[in-house]
Amino acid sequence: MRDLGIRVLIEGVNLQRLLLGLAVTARIAFIAVAFSMVLGVPFGILMTRRNAALRFLCRFYLEAMRIIPVLVWLFIFYFGLARNFHINLSAAAAAVLVFTLWGTAEMGDIVRGAVTSLHRHQYESAHALGLSEVQLYLYVIIPQAARRLVPGAINLTTRMIKTTSLVVLIGIVEMLKVGQQIIESNFLKSPTAAFWVYGLIFFLYFILCMPVSRLSKRLERRWQS
Amino acid sequence: MTDTMILDRLNAVKPAEERGAPLLEISHLRKEYDGVPALRDISLRIDKQEVVVVLGPSGCGKSTLLRCMNGLERIQAGEILLDGGVLTTEKTDWRLIRQKIGMVFQSYELFPHMTVLENILLGPLKVQKRKRKEAETAARVLLERVGLYEKRTAFPRQLSGGQKQRAAIIRALVMEPEIMLFDEITAALDPEMVREVLDVMLELARSRMTMVIVTHEMQFAKAAADRIVFMDEGEVVEDSPPGDFFVKPKTERARRFLNIFQF
Ligand SMILES: Nc1ncnc2c1ncn2[C@@H]1O[C@H](COP(=O)(O)OP(=O)(O)OP(=O)(O)O)[C@@H](O)[C@H]1O
Ligand SMILES: [Mg+2]
Repeated sequence: MRDLGIRVLIEGVNLQRLLLGLAVTARIAFIAVAFSMVLGVPFGILMTRRNAALRFLCRFYLEAMRIIPVLVWLFIFYFGLARNFHINLSAAAAAVLVFTLWGTAEMGDIVRGAVTSLHRHQYESAHALGLSEVQLYLYVIIPQAARRLVPGAINLTTRMIKTTSLVVLIGIVEMLKVGQQIIESNFLKSPTAAFWVYGLIFFLYFILCMPVSRLSKRLERRWQS
Repeated sequence: MTDTMILDRLNAVKPAEERGAPLLEISHLRKEYDGVPALRDISLRIDKQEVVVVLGPSGCGKSTLLRCMNGLERIQAGEILLDGGVLTTEKTDWRLIRQKIGMVFQSYELFPHMTVLENILLGPLKVQKRKRKEAETAARVLLERVGLYEKRTAFPRQLSGGQKQRAAIIRALVMEPEIMLFDEITAALDPEMVREVLDVMLELARSRMTMVIVTHEMQFAKAAADRIVFMDEGEVVEDSPPGDFFVKPKTERARRFLNIFQF
């Protein structure tokens, strides 16, 4: 009989398992992205303040999140906290926490870039009108910065979605892991299963990221006119 | 408040008895940037309903002076009083003061993500917490006065330079300030648009708005000013009526400055 590797996708509960894996990936990514976007705005604004100590702290945090790989952070929060401080986070909670810490740092840097790209005169006009510091950011700076940070924020979101595949290493069974399990158990029966399984995973990641980039295109077009 | 009441208030020529009382008083003001003085020892008094034009060569500190007047710059020494109240204490609430001091800058500083009307209403609604209906009426009256009412829903990038500056003037005026500061607001304009903006300022002068105007338009200065303040190297060198200043300047520096504008 000809090998029909594609059949592994519809055999038994394989497809269902893959989709459940997708849900795990999507949930961790979605929660972490949402927190990062919200927390990144104040963090980014803090980074633009003139206070030297504050700037150093922000910079230090950002660099720490960047230099130390996300994987190491996952280990630190999942295994490290449990062993050394007896704080037992569930694997999912540790994943959301780490991705949020990382995403907030990166989002903050994107916000900082967008805010500092605005002309100094925008601040002065707003001050000259008597706006308070909070009103200045709420009505003048953030709405303008938002338009400039959309591309960066989208890029970060898709990066975060893709990086969630790392959580398998702290024992979370997400989409990629399910795929590997399916491939292994069908290794003898259908050697081309890998092609189909990874193909589907590729497609599912695409489905996950596409709405995000569609949204960004729409926002960019709306703000252009 | 009815439309006509708002109209009356906005168009009102201020009562003559107020004239001559000091509104803004600056004494021994000193301002440095990184130890380099930009304003050395400025003393200046601006009376109610007075139009003061500040002239001087580039870099002499005209913009810095205006920016000090509404607290955009920290000063190193001296005192500024508005209506007799000291502005230069630690406790000064600049937000409150800035509602009384309107300022328009050289480059167009409308907020680009808001329409003309939204730009104009931001101050009245968010800073002064006025009622939307009343603020909109006031905005309409003012926009009509400068011929911009049709453009109220336009975004700044859809306006000409002259229109942008007129809108910026309205944005400051709608707060009903006691004094207006203008910093070379026609300097970045194409020549054919300068006139429409100067006309707005002239009309304000006629309605006895107190104004401090920095400009390089000498004809306009002659026509609008009650007093010319001539600055050089961070100091007030001359302070005289335009008739005197343009005809027989007291100092060599002023003569040299005026010669630049003669052909
Ligand atoms: N933010 C700043 N930092 C450092 N120096 C400054 C700053 N702003 C102005 N200066 C300096 O202060 C002096 C006065 O500048 P200011 O802008 O007030 O001059 P101006 O009279 O408005 O000139 P112009 O006619 O070119 O607008 C100049 O020597 C300028 O270089
Ligand atoms: Mg200047």
